[in-house]
Amino acid sequence: MKKKQKEPLFHIVKRDVLPWYKAWGIRLIAIIAALIVCGIITTVTTGLNPLKVYASFVQGAFGSGRKIWITFQNMSVLLIISLALTPAFKMRFWNIGGEGQVLVGALATAACMITLGDKIPNALLIIIMSISALAAGAVWGLIPAIFKAKWNTNETLSTLMMNYIATQIVAFFTVVWEVPKGSFTVGIINQNTNAGWLPQLFGSKYLLPIVVAFIVTASMYVYLKYSKHGYEIAVVGESEKTAKYVGMKTGKIIIRTMILSGALCGLAGLLLVGGINHTITTTINSGQGFTAVMVSWLAKFNPITMVFTSFLIIFLERGAGEISTNFGLNQSFADILTGIILFFIIGCEFFISYRIAVRKSNKEN
Amino acid sequence: MFDIVAFIPRAVGQSVPLLYGCTGEILTEKSGNLNLGIPGVMYVGGISGVIGAFFYEQSCANGNMNGFLAVMIPLLCSLVGSLIMGLIYCLLTVTLRANQNVTGLAMTTFGVGIGNFFGGSLIKLSGADVPSIALSKTSAFFSASLPFASRLGWFGKIFLSYGFLCYVAFFLAIGSAIVLFKTRPGLHLRAVGENPPTADAAGINVSKYKYVATCTGCMIAGLGGLYYVMDYASGVWSNDAFGDRGWLAIALVIFSIWNPLIGIFAAILFGGLYIVYLYIPTGMDYMEFKELYKMIPYVVTLIVLVFTSMRNKRENQPPASLGLSYFREER
Repeated sequence: MKKKQKEPLFHIVKRDVLPWYKAWGIRLIAIIAALIVCGIITTVTTGLNPLKVYASFVQGAFGSGRKIWITFQNMSVLLIISLALTPAFKMRFWNIGGEGQVLVGALATAACMITLGDKIPNALLIIIMSISALAAGAVWGLIPAIFKAKWNTNETLSTLMMNYIATQIVAFFTVVWEVPKGSFTVGIINQNTNAGWLPQLFGSKYLLPIVVAFIVTASMYVYLKYSKHGYEIAVVGESEKTAKYVGMKTGKIIIRTMILSGALCGLAGLLLVGGINHTITTTINSGQGFTAVMVSWLAKFNPITMVFTSFLIIFLERGAGEISTNFGLNQSFADILTGIILFFIIGCEFFISYRIAVRKSNKEN
Repeated sequence: MFDIVAFIPRAVGQSVPLLYGCTGEILTEKSGNLNLGIPGVMYVGGISGVIGAFFYEQSCANGNMNGFLAVMIPLLCSLVGSLIMGLIYCLLTVTLRANQNVTGLAMTTFGVGIGNFFGGSLIKLSGADVPSIALSKTSAFFSASLPFASRLGWFGKIFLSYGFLCYVAFFLAIGSAIVLFKTRPGLHLRAVGENPPTADAAGINVSKYKYVATCTGCMIAGLGGLYYVMDYASGVWSNDAFGDRGWLAIALVIFSIWNPLIGIFAAILFGGLYIVYLYIPTGMDYMEFKELYKMIPYVVTLIVLVFTSMRNKRENQPPASLGLSYFREER
């Protein structure tokens, strides 16, 4: 008895590794498609000429010397946070807690500036600030890492809860330090003495984060690619069983990597308070701990590629921000556009690893 | 003094959005999808309802609103809005096999953006002549409780003083528990979440179950956003007011060890913890401690999370393939 089997119209086949230019070509197509969709949506909601929309995007990011500096400064901070999360992600430890780790770093910095400002020499103060910011971030990363290493607690959710705990602690100290009383803002710290303000490089107040980001990128690249630690992280990420089999202490690696991850987030907090804002609020990090997850993932956890992905995200944010200011729209417009572009980039990864094979017509049967 | 009869209705009111989110996320996670986009979905569910209600109120300028339509239009809009979010998530993670954590976070960015954008710009975009979005008329239909509730003293206050969406939340939680644990589709769904290759070999359509469970979960979660705006906030949309309830709902799923029935009690407990800071006497000089008390729900969640993983009981574990996409070819 012959039963005719129905063959599906198309099926999905795993690709061999694509050459890098083809992979990037696909991503580029996705970004262009996303920009077209964003243009259409902006035109529909604002009634603007789409070309003007793209022009305002560029205007927002590069419209003036100051705007260019701010674009690169924001990009550096986001880049540092993304780099901080990367070793954890490479180990398949989903550290969603970047937000909280940055906040406690910022809080430690602010605490040093307020309590020690003018009491000790400025150089010493900055050293103490830096150490305490890094340590605070490290502790915030260490707590979920211990839970994970000891009891295999779900790290996505524990780091998430740590974010909110950090937010409330910052809110607590905001009320303690608020100037004037009842305003719920701390105001610029040490405005007259500038005690604890991080030094300006070459007379530019924007340069310091950029230089730090550059150093962190280079060191993270070397650390992940050429050091023994980096290799161990990769093995744990690929297969925890293999790591255990060859005698790596996975618990120790998880804890060590999260201390590094948290400390680098603390560094971002130090830059935000000591170098850029000189104040502290619960929203000082404006959700960048979450954005950094996507920046890091989009770059496939490669520190060099992350420079481009963080640039892309900041460019979109600044561009969409410009559109919302120019046309009296709400700032959240940027989030919508970022979301759409992320959907496209996330979706296009499929076409890099798989291809769709269409059914061949087989008439001889 | 601590007034328990006044406290319980407020705690229950707080718990309803959490319960919707929690029930929706349990269904989703049972299919093996860890949807971190729930906070975004709840925003979209809320704002879609607001948009529907807003245009309906605008079209009935003379004030004669049909009660049935006033409830159904926002309800349908909210369901459609969250369904679209669910479809985006499924398309990316099930069909295109993307990473669930990243997709979820992108959904949250997108959804919160949609909520705040339309919440802030709806009036400007529609050119309506009103100062702010206050859908008090629609809200009155949503929060209408039984007429005799107020005459029944403390009993009426604790059990009968809520709008219909509150009771729907409890029915949905009980209903999804029955579906999950007592029916064949529920068994199949759990099989898909635990071990998709085995389910596939048994002839269960894995993608279909993942799609249906995730989209249903999103629609249920979206109702949480609708309840918050229409009932709890009396129809007034303010940006970011919904806050972090979506994340708390995801945490609740663990607290309730993937069982919607436990979810009901957990949600009420969390609702109480969420507002308990209002009831702890602090005095005017120590306002800052209120901020510390707001930390309680998160600390409790963290402790529960650690304890469930410490006890490591087999029946209390997450679905085995949670967070992993299923590729049939990669066995």
